[in-house]
Amino acid sequence: MNFPTEGLTIPTEITTTHWASWWGGVQMGPPDPILGVSEAFKRDTSPKKMNLGVGAYRDDHGKPFVLDCVRKAEALIASKQLDKEYLAIGGLGDFTKSCALLALGADSEVLKSGRNITVQTISGTGSLCVGANFLSRFHSASCDVYLPKPSWGNHTPIFRDAGMQLKAYRYYDPSTCGFDFSGALDDISKMPEKSVIMLHACAHNPTGVDPKPEQWKEIADLVKKRDLLVFFDMAYQGFASGDIDRDAWAVRHFIEQGHNIVLSQSFAKNMGLYGERVGGFTVVCNDAEEAKRVESQLKILIRPIYSNPPMNGARIAATILNTPDLYKIWLEEVHGMANRIIKMREQLAANLKSEGSTHNWQHVIDQIGMFCFTGLKPEQVERLTKEFSVYMTKDGRISMAGVTSGNVGYLAHGIHAVTK
Amino acid sequence: MSLFGEVPQATPVAVFKLSNDFKEDANPKKVNLGVGAYRTDEGQPWVLPVVKKVEKIIVADNSLNHEYLAILGLPEFRSSASKIALGEDSPAIQENRVGAVQCLGGTGALKMGAEFLRRWYNGNDNTKTPVYVSAPTWENHNAVFSNAGFEDIRPYKYWDAEKRGLDLDGFLGDLESAPKHSIFVLHACAHNPTGTDPTHVEWMQVAEVMKRRKLFVFFDSAYQGFASGCLDKDAWAVRYFVTQGFEMFCAQSFSKNFGLYNERVGNLTIVARDSDNLKRVLSQMEKIVRVTWSNPPSQGARLVAITLNTPELFAEWKDNVKTMADRVLLMRASLQAKLQALETPGTWDHITQQIGMFSFTGLNPKQVEYMIKERSIYLMASGRINMCGLTTKNIDYVAESIHETVVNVQ
Repeated sequence: MNFPTEGLTIPTEITTTHWASWWGGVQMGPPDPILGVSEAFKRDTSPKKMNLGVGAYRDDHGKPFVLDCVRKAEALIASKQLDKEYLAIGGLGDFTKSCALLALGADSEVLKSGRNITVQTISGTGSLCVGANFLSRFHSASCDVYLPKPSWGNHTPIFRDAGMQLKAYRYYDPSTCGFDFSGALDDISKMPEKSVIMLHACAHNPTGVDPKPEQWKEIADLVKKRDLLVFFDMAYQGFASGDIDRDAWAVRHFIEQGHNIVLSQSFAKNMGLYGERVGGFTVVCNDAEEAKRVESQLKILIRPIYSNPPMNGARIAATILNTPDLYKIWLEEVHGMANRIIKMREQLAANLKSEGSTHNWQHVIDQIGMFCFTGLKPEQVERLTKEFSVYMTKDGRISMAGVTSGNVGYLAHGIHAVTK
Repeated sequence: MSLFGEVPQATPVAVFKLSNDFKEDANPKKVNLGVGAYRTDEGQPWVLPVVKKVEKIIVADNSLNHEYLAILGLPEFRSSASKIALGEDSPAIQENRVGAVQCLGGTGALKMGAEFLRRWYNGNDNTKTPVYVSAPTWENHNAVFSNAGFEDIRPYKYWDAEKRGLDLDGFLGDLESAPKHSIFVLHACAHNPTGTDPTHVEWMQVAEVMKRRKLFVFFDSAYQGFASGCLDKDAWAVRYFVTQGFEMFCAQSFSKNFGLYNERVGNLTIVARDSDNLKRVLSQMEKIVRVTWSNPPSQGARLVAITLNTPELFAEWKDNVKTMADRVLLMRASLQAKLQALETPGTWDHITQQIGMFSFTGLNPKQVEYMIKERSIYLMASGRINMCGLTTKNIDYVAESIHETVVNVQ
């Protein structure tokens, strides 16, 4: 590089800094409890290693699965030769409309009256981030958010970072490996009015334990009595039972009962669009006028984070949702993914039995969705990782999607070894 | 009773409202000189030929899938993007003290940098550290930093409206009087909205004061390649500051120079004192990313990475960038020549002296309103025009309109 020389002393080499680094006080951050598992898995050289950490679906050969409807949608999109102009702050209209429709259902009164605002977000995390910050800014009546115990690990830092106070309600019963219904009702009955309650719409993460419809009804009633603001997180619609309407039942029931909910949706798992970051955030408002005001504020919130969302994934999702042939294929493929997981659950339980385990593993079959809360303790998890190269989160959660007919035996063997 | 009954209607973001109003205008002669996106001489968006090529490559590659990227993004994207900013032979890169975070566009990179600085710079969670942005600046800078928690966002003198150029004395004066450790957001090239960049000598003077007064350097680089048509030329200021030993951030956008606006391709390049500090900084960046978007979108980053890392494609890209920059330069020259020919009152040299996508015409709000209402020519209230909105077909109409406006409206 040549520098002009008029009037200034010019260095000929890099000037060393005369002060210490700005970052001397920056501590080393701990690895992410969930994503960090994958990174540790990658470093492991064992040929038998299993990644049961992050919830990413794998086929029966343990390979990532690109849905056929996605490939077809991509081909359709490529043929259209679209431009790359900025999306609106709220995202692709074709996507947000069909995203809301998928969650709320075709006969939704909310959609008919236009009293929802749905914005495209950076997958589920982005949706929760926007939602948490929106509530923090505009839900002045309370800054408390109640998470089920346990909940997805990232919920806590997201809400905390948004300035909300984290609280919890009983949810998982370790003695039954099932739902602590009475505990949940008891805790909900004590929540201060206007608090925010986070509910997992289906396929609870990490436990796989969902309330039954009758239980959901009671919860909805009680939540209404307590005048709580419901925040639904729906990251697995279609993945839980294999049926998208069944999986959205709780969300739709609450709305029918008059709850004006807020809702986060992710298409990472059910469309396999993980890295494309496709999600939605919905606020169900009193009326269309209120929805417009809320929309304007959501835009103000989003603009200084990332200006407007990425096109690619949303375009794929919208194409699938809005093209009848592709939609049909998608429903079949989601059903197929859910079925494979159900089959793996059955095989795991059966293998544990044949390994000679005397523990009750019924919960492996009863739990629903991608994850299984094995009941393993942290020390057992550590052993499973160290001795068998089976990677999972410390809470004993395994992603069933990472189990195949080829490795389910090895997994059962390892689990039995650390629990006998 | 709604929980959101009290939520007020927010005023819309100006630049998007402008585009909306333009869309609804029925005047066949209407011209959109608002939002900053490149347009061809036919007034159309332009998907770069190299981008079309690489998209086909991606589609044909069956080994690719849609799996999550790492939290910090695609490694080949991050490293090649940083090389673009700092230069292949950057000593800082060779010394392993350069890292990067793939972000959602330039906005996302600014956001990550701002959030990090608020948490870790000048103490912990020091929301009182002054953040200086140029007067004027891109309208979203303020919001990015204030939403990250900074309470004290101040302007630094930059644009001299009278002489229609850089207020160097004012700029240097504000650098001298800023509290130590203040953060300064600098436009790497093609200043938005004024199109006025410091000269090399002026940058050196800025750097000297910043070093002496221990001010933090945060570059916003959204137009590399777009300003002069040459990537290295446009990166001069950033690279000069690196040679001066600064630890700094550079928020890069590939929206304009790759035409990948809606894929949200950005990179926060971090230059640290050494690799140990860099490691810790990146680990903390991960935590911020995790609560905002978990991991970034893959499509755009893949596209850019393949392009930058494949010699023939890289050459083709540079050529595409030059095509865009050259058209802008041609429109600048044309507009200035026409205004001179019309003998429009005032001086119009700034049109050709300014650089990049935007020009600060000097039109005042009344004149801007006139242009919009009477001539259906849409520009920002600040008088900023997007040169890309000009074409050989509309430039006469625009020149005449500016002339008429300046003559009739004061």
